[in-house]
Amino acid sequence: MIGRHKHCLALQDFSREEILEVIDLAVSMKEVLRRPIKKVPSLRGKTVVNLFFEASTRTRSSFEIAAKVLSADALNWTSSSSSVTKGETLVDTARNLEAMRPDVLVIRHAAGGAPRLVADHVGCAVVSAGDGAHEHPSQGLLDCFTLRERLGDLAGKTVAIVGDISHSRVARSDLFALTKLGATVRLCGPPTMIPAGIESLGATVHHELREAVAGADAVVMLRIQHERIGDPLIPGTREYSKLWGLNARKAEEWLTPHCVILHPGPINRGVELAPEVADGPRSLILDQVQNGVAVRMAILYLLAGGSSAEAGGASEAKAHG
Amino acid sequence: MDALEIDRAVHRLGREIAERARAAGAAGQLAIVGIRRGGIFLAQRLRAELKGALGVEPPLGTLDIALYRDDVAEQGAAPVIGPTDISFPVGGKTLVLVDDVLYTGRTVRAALDEIVDFGRPRRVWLAVLVDRGGRELPIAADFTGARLDVAEGDDVQVRLREAGAAEDQVVVKARRAP
Repeated sequence: MIGRHKHCLALQDFSREEILEVIDLAVSMKEVLRRPIKKVPSLRGKTVVNLFFEASTRTRSSFEIAAKVLSADALNWTSSSSSVTKGETLVDTARNLEAMRPDVLVIRHAAGGAPRLVADHVGCAVVSAGDGAHEHPSQGLLDCFTLRERLGDLAGKTVAIVGDISHSRVARSDLFALTKLGATVRLCGPPTMIPAGIESLGATVHHELREAVAGADAVVMLRIQHERIGDPLIPGTREYSKLWGLNARKAEEWLTPHCVILHPGPINRGVELAPEVADGPRSLILDQVQNGVAVRMAILYLLAGGSSAEAGGASEAKAHG
Repeated sequence: MDALEIDRAVHRLGREIAERARAAGAAGQLAIVGIRRGGIFLAQRLRAELKGALGVEPPLGTLDIALYRDDVAEQGAAPVIGPTDISFPVGGKTLVLVDDVLYTGRTVRAALDEIVDFGRPRRVWLAVLVDRGGRELPIAADFTGARLDVAEGDDVQVRLREAGAAEDQVVVKARRAP
């Protein structure tokens, strides 16, 4: 359990305390990753099934490594080599996999809400690894973890999220988590890529990159999906890059000296982010990848381990003797 | 046990460990590891004693055994996990594992499993302030501050100033009525 949640589906439903429960645990999990033997026995005998209906390298391997470091068995399942190609429905697939008695199902799906649908039909814990343009909760948690590591308490900090906000599940999870931790969130991108009324979720909207990043403590650059280029939303890569991309010159002139840069990956080098910036000293992109494993360890541990942290603690540690 | 008795016990533990380390030729290769949370402050006190007795201050580490517990699945509760910090090479060291209370032995079993994931120590000794009996595993302490004869299910609490107690004290609380 994460707080009162049996599943990890959307940060919109998480309280500040529940978000911090995962992030604080991730600090301890990160220490495990620095050990000479990166394996602890806590989820021995548990099974984690990764159900990926959409391409992913980072998130899938991150969940897989997280499960293995905790000694759980990880089974990876991709839709291209499965019975989905024979017309099996999502719920039927999930139910069949559930009959194999996994403890956690990790699901990525192109349709928003798919993990929730599965969670309603199976008995095991379900983790969303990204669903459509809805949410990507583990990414939101790892972004907050990475920012807290560098900036400390996020209350009063300002974070700009730049790119295709409309189609970004990362933007939504980041927005929910960051505002719950007290940060101010600015959203920036082409007007065609910012949903109307998004301000009601607690963010301010900017169309000028310079204005959005001025004085910000961190900037999250989102990936521009190739399939969007050339459709009416944005005219072309060069124009996007010119107006909303971040290169070394803009970073130098527009960002405060301490401002850090995040990107959920994969990067379109030279489109939303210039290589000098992606590989430069402000970039926390590789920290995000490492922290992603720690955060996913924390999620799996809390969901497969059972009830919430309050049930544990000093008294029980004593009883363990 | 009152503060004076605890002081004496810790002092004696330090002397005994120092003597045995000298006899084993391991005085220069000694390291202390406290088991969170109760063992940490005792480990710090023992380190000071050992520094006095040996003239060198052995490195100090802390171990949180929550990820190595054998009952995570059984009790269906995820215990709170604190940091483990072993920042010295474990290989070849004579490690003194320190905890406040030795009871079932399960914590020590978990600590031994965790320690070997950091390297291969030359040997491991176990030092505890209180041995209250009730072992469920074949584990014994090498150095014991005091033995308390208490009923199974009673709670033995070691309260130390470092943890916010007004004064050092070991108290036995009878099991709550069911």
